[in-house]
Amino acid sequence: MEQSTLITDFSLIRNAAGRLVLTTNDGNVHEGVFPMRAFPISAPAEGLSLIGENGHELAWVASIASLQNATRNLIEEELARREFMPEICSISHVSSFATPSIWQVETDRGDTELVLKAEDHIRRLTHTSLLITDDHGVNFLIRDIDQLDNHSRKLLDRFL
Amino acid sequence: MIVVHSAAVNNKIIPANATNKTLPLAWQVAAHSQLAEAEEICAWLEINLDNNLHFKKRLLIITNQRFLTVANYPEKIESYPFHAGLALKHHDNAGVANIELFDGEIQLAHWFYTLAHDFSATRFIKQFELHLASFLTGQPITTETSEVCPNCQSPLEADQDECPQCSSTIDAPPSTWTLFRLWRFAKPYKWQLLTGFLLMLASTAATLVPPYLTIPLMDKVLIPYQNGAPIDIGMVALLLSGLLGSALLAWGLGWARTYILALVSERIGADLRTITYEHLLKLSLEYFGGKRTGDLMSRIGSESDRICVFLSLHLLDFATDVLMIIMTSAILISINPKLALVTLLPLPFIAWMIHVVRDKLRTGFEKIDRVWSQVSNVLADTIPGIRVVKAFAQETREATRFREANQHNLVVNDRINKIWSLFSPSVTLLTEIGLLLVWAFGIWQVSRNEISVGVLTAFLAYISRFYTRLDSMSRIVSVTQKAASGAKRIFDILDHVSSVPEPSNPVHLDKVVGQIEIKSAGFRYGNRAVIKDLSLIIQPGEMIGLVGHSGSGKSTLVNLMCRFYDVTTGSINLDGVNIRSLPISEYRRNIGLVLQEPFLFFGSIAENIAYGKPEATRAEIVAAARAAHAHEFILRLPHGYDSVVGERGQGLSGGERQRISIARALLIDPRILILDEATASVDTETEKEIQKALDNLVHGRTTIAIAHRLSTLHKANRLVVLDRGEIVEVGSHDELMACEGAYYRLYQAQARNVDTDLDDVKNDNEITHKAVSA
Repeated sequence: MEQSTLITDFSLIRNAAGRLVLTTNDGNVHEGVFPMRAFPISAPAEGLSLIGENGHELAWVASIASLQNATRNLIEEELARREFMPEICSISHVSSFATPSIWQVETDRGDTELVLKAEDHIRRLTHTSLLITDDHGVNFLIRDIDQLDNHSRKLLDRFL
Repeated sequence: MIVVHSAAVNNKIIPANATNKTLPLAWQVAAHSQLAEAEEICAWLEINLDNNLHFKKRLLIITNQRFLTVANYPEKIESYPFHAGLALKHHDNAGVANIELFDGEIQLAHWFYTLAHDFSATRFIKQFELHLASFLTGQPITTETSEVCPNCQSPLEADQDECPQCSSTIDAPPSTWTLFRLWRFAKPYKWQLLTGFLLMLASTAATLVPPYLTIPLMDKVLIPYQNGAPIDIGMVALLLSGLLGSALLAWGLGWARTYILALVSERIGADLRTITYEHLLKLSLEYFGGKRTGDLMSRIGSESDRICVFLSLHLLDFATDVLMIIMTSAILISINPKLALVTLLPLPFIAWMIHVVRDKLRTGFEKIDRVWSQVSNVLADTIPGIRVVKAFAQETREATRFREANQHNLVVNDRINKIWSLFSPSVTLLTEIGLLLVWAFGIWQVSRNEISVGVLTAFLAYISRFYTRLDSMSRIVSVTQKAASGAKRIFDILDHVSSVPEPSNPVHLDKVVGQIEIKSAGFRYGNRAVIKDLSLIIQPGEMIGLVGHSGSGKSTLVNLMCRFYDVTTGSINLDGVNIRSLPISEYRRNIGLVLQEPFLFFGSIAENIAYGKPEATRAEIVAAARAAHAHEFILRLPHGYDSVVGERGQGLSGGERQRISIARALLIDPRILILDEATASVDTETEKEIQKALDNLVHGRTTIAIAHRLSTLHKANRLVVLDRGEIVEVGSHDELMACEGAYYRLYQAQARNVDTDLDDVKNDNEITHKAVSA
């Protein structure tokens, strides 16, 4: 029923409470909407959905690039807040080659530590990219294994 | 705007820390320099992300006057004096949580942290509310009397010092010397092992006799004969019978040794398998959810077998070899120290080489193991789903998937074989060089009359054995590593502490009344909060219907009640006792569970009904089957109650299987009954049959029923409507219909189309999905 009338035309502002407010062209106002990428890893720039506070889809954006600048900035700002997937640039130390193992890593968001609970928490996305989930559910991305330095690759290799 | 208290009490400037942990050192200077006079730090929270979601530490502080944040790089202090309307809120998404500071409707600021800090954050927010209230009203803070875990806010039992929830989360990685941990399994057989070892000593010694006999054979018989002396027949006979005797002795002893040790190692392997399996069964559902069946099966099956072979064959050989080397060295040194020294010279070099290669091979073999379980996982995925594979004609694709996994296996093996293949030829080369050295040095010594020809031949005989043993010893490297990585994978299971631990001081309930109290329970699966701060009291004998869309947390709530998982925060009490402090099996004995997909084990129907109470009499079984309306159809089967049902109960219809599982639940006469979509997978006609059976079951028991079809819940005293992990409505059918809320909408949606499920209204995909799996 709703699918047929998916809204693609809308306006978006941020209110004083820091929530996004969506006004659709038929005049409906939704507070507290949040954007969600449909393919966060394989195609981040395509397919974006605006979800209402109750979890229903309110609007669909086929391509983020097609949006007006102001709206796009708001969405990207909100996405940046919600999407937390530090990208591992190098692995400086692992506490042991048996799991659970504590890794000291450098990410694009600064240095941190992650706890790898089991080897199967490393998920292969493609041949060269990996997704590592730490014991608190934070996802770390390794975009390209081949781009890692030798030391990191050697450490990583022991878990693959 | 800082409210400065008149500093009448100057003697109390140093803050008395209300939190029982002191401020981290790194923050002390920065934080204390900010404090005004008579200002005290009441609580603090260290968070690990900045507003751009970069990993940077920050400190949030509550003092008795304001809310304060401190950041080091760049230095930044934010201060928010307490006033009415200030509020902290927090929520989380994908592993990151967000604390927001509100002034009424306006967001003043917000901070991020990863979920690792979540427990302390909840506590911090509670502290904030307490201190703000105390500041506004002027009343001192009243601390709660009931003891609460400082870490996660879950209430503690009177006799518990540490929170079972927090103490169970720390695991240490297993040590590298995993193989030595096998001693735990070898211990019961220590006498057999000692006998085996003594036999090994004796048999090795016996094998060393023949080369020694070559000395007199050469020096006293052959060389004198070459020099013209006649052959001493008696002596030859003596020496030859000595050779035969020692060979026979070595044969007998070797047989006894191998037999005893193989016997022991086979038993160790069997114990290992049983204990691992027993441990595995005790682990929580969470563990099984995260593991693949194929992997677990290969760990218990083939890994334990590999360890067994290692112990009985390779380790035994290795020990024999080491003994032989020691004994041979002793003999060689006693004959001629100089020549012995030259002979033994390459030994340290070879030992070093073994050590170097060992490290490389170990990682390789671990890798092979992982790849191997990947291959078997492909099989374990596909074979049970073969109907879907065939229905979508994806055989080639699955074949490709398998070929790829296999290819990966091949690549990894190739890599390790590169090192491995170089290894044994190198050892052979070293052997040859060693022999050459002995020849050269020996000839030189013979020419100087330092040794006889016999001694040289004896040395050559010894050393050629000696080096061939070294060659086979080098093989121990790989098999040890294989066994060690196998042992590691088994100990991975054994070391895994159940996330649903048995209580250390169990409480026993004599008679269960059946009152269930859920106190602000929260549960998180990975980074998703599935149940949020849910509270509910279920009276004894009451029937509760859980209603909600799929994904609203109904099944999770039921799993928590069964203690398949433990709540992340809060607690669940049975008759006023936290279910964590009840022994697990004792607790579960009070629960009857009827699932959507009844699982029947391979065996007779009677055995399946008596699964929860194997000692049940036949009369009891029949009574239970009657009450479950299963008696009649069972009698129609060719062998009645003795009919064998296969895996998953093939040969029976869905409704029949369900009624057997209801009989199973009836037989244990539980105080608490959980029906998880018990009638979802059958047609309306069968449903009526099952419903009749269920009505018998429900009678007088505390019942929690989940149902998609709201009509099946007409007997429920109260309906609880869940949405996204929270209770939205509670009340009887009539009340909920009257208030026209979430339940009303659900009911209306179903009334319009009797046969559709709740979800179909929400989500058309569900239908397609069901059509596929049907």
